[in-house]
Amino acid sequence: MEALLSAARLSLLVSLSATVLIGLAGLGLAYLLASREFRGKHVLDALISVPLVLPPTVVGYYLVLLFGREGWLGAPLYRLTGWSAVFTWQGAALAAFVVALPLMVRVSRAAIQSVDRDLIQISATLGKSEWETAWHVVLPLARQGILAGLLLSFARALGEFGATLMIAGNIPGKTSTLPLSIYTAFQNGDDTLAQTLALLLTVISGAVIYFANRWTASRWM
Amino acid sequence: MDVALDVRFRKTLGSFSLDVSWQAGCEIVVLFGPSGAGKSLTFQALAGLVTPDEGRIRLGDALLFDSARGVNLPAREREVGYLFQHYALYPHMSARDNIRFAHPHPGSREADRELDALLQRFHLGEVADLFPRALSGGQRQRVALARALMRRPRWLLLDEPLSAVDLAVRRRIRTELKQLQRTLSIPMVLVTHDLGEALAMADYLVIYDGGRVVQAGTPAAILQNPENPVIADWAGSALVHGERVFSF
Repeated sequence: MEALLSAARLSLLVSLSATVLIGLAGLGLAYLLASREFRGKHVLDALISVPLVLPPTVVGYYLVLLFGREGWLGAPLYRLTGWSAVFTWQGAALAAFVVALPLMVRVSRAAIQSVDRDLIQISATLGKSEWETAWHVVLPLARQGILAGLLLSFARALGEFGATLMIAGNIPGKTSTLPLSIYTAFQNGDDTLAQTLALLLTVISGAVIYFANRWTASRWM
Repeated sequence: MDVALDVRFRKTLGSFSLDVSWQAGCEIVVLFGPSGAGKSLTFQALAGLVTPDEGRIRLGDALLFDSARGVNLPAREREVGYLFQHYALYPHMSARDNIRFAHPHPGSREADRELDALLQRFHLGEVADLFPRALSGGQRQRVALARALMRRPRWLLLDEPLSAVDLAVRRRIRTELKQLQRTLSIPMVLVTHDLGEALAMADYLVIYDGGRVVQAGTPAAILQNPENPVIADWAGSALVHGERVFSF
């Protein structure tokens, strides 16, 4: 029971942190991709989306290359601060962020692009800056898609396994999120715990998908 | 005539090329021609939503666009009241909020005062809290017009302002638009493909065909001396219908 609670708490912390970051970065990236043409746009787009199709273990491997104690970014960070993302809950959140980000970017970008162009143009003629138009017109009209993107990302972050295992390991009470705890319980023959955790994740994910679908289905007009 | 609007530019979009030049005073200017003649593209260029390849657009003493001098004022600085053909009301804002949003300082007391005045002027008081989808066509148009005025425009662009309203209220709206222009005394440019409407509204008529201006002048001058067989034909048919569509 304690293992369950600790795993659930940790999972919540990891997925919520990842979702907050995804909300900020993902929305910015979605807006950029939806509203601008620039050099390297397709490369950026592909780079954001590739974790959707890569095995999570490969994503985790790259994260270790980047953020590991010997990594390109991790080594200077470790030298400066003595801290490394490896084997920490922050590492798990980082893995969840990278793996779940493309869902947010794709879904909210589509919502932003579906806002009637006339409404954006009329804003310009009314003297509004792009920022004002984004804040008062585009984002409110794309709100449902943005929320759906956030929900899907949260669900994906909650279910993250492979990349988390690579960078954060499977340390009970420290980095053992719900999916990792299921694996441990199953390996140890603790079928009751494995079943309970599996059921819990299924219910949460099912509810999230249900609401995400409902929100994307309803529209203003 | 004081030139309030000086328009001469060229724009190629795909296989369509628009090459127009006309000047007008502080009056009602009607761009008339068949659909596909380039009237809407002209509007977009005037408002700054489309950049011409070459040319110059001047409003009074303000240079809005000049390719030779590298001037291209963004749409939001052109101080234009632009009525889109389908109004482009914000679906997530009430009529009141649609209008208020156009004020430079939407939260100010001044905005409240101007909003009340506009709601009254356009008879929108009772529907002010409704969303666009709950408004009739005529009400939507009045909200869009009030919103355009809230912006404090120095000129008005009205794209087919009469095409989406019932025949019964058309005559009234014509009168109201004319009065509006006389009251504000700013240039009002409107687009139509209906000759009767063009003749009834225009102080100055610019006739478009195939991306070119085929004739421009007062309706009387154009009807008396149509330079183009197409116009003569249009003019003739308008007279044949026997309607008193213009009054001079």
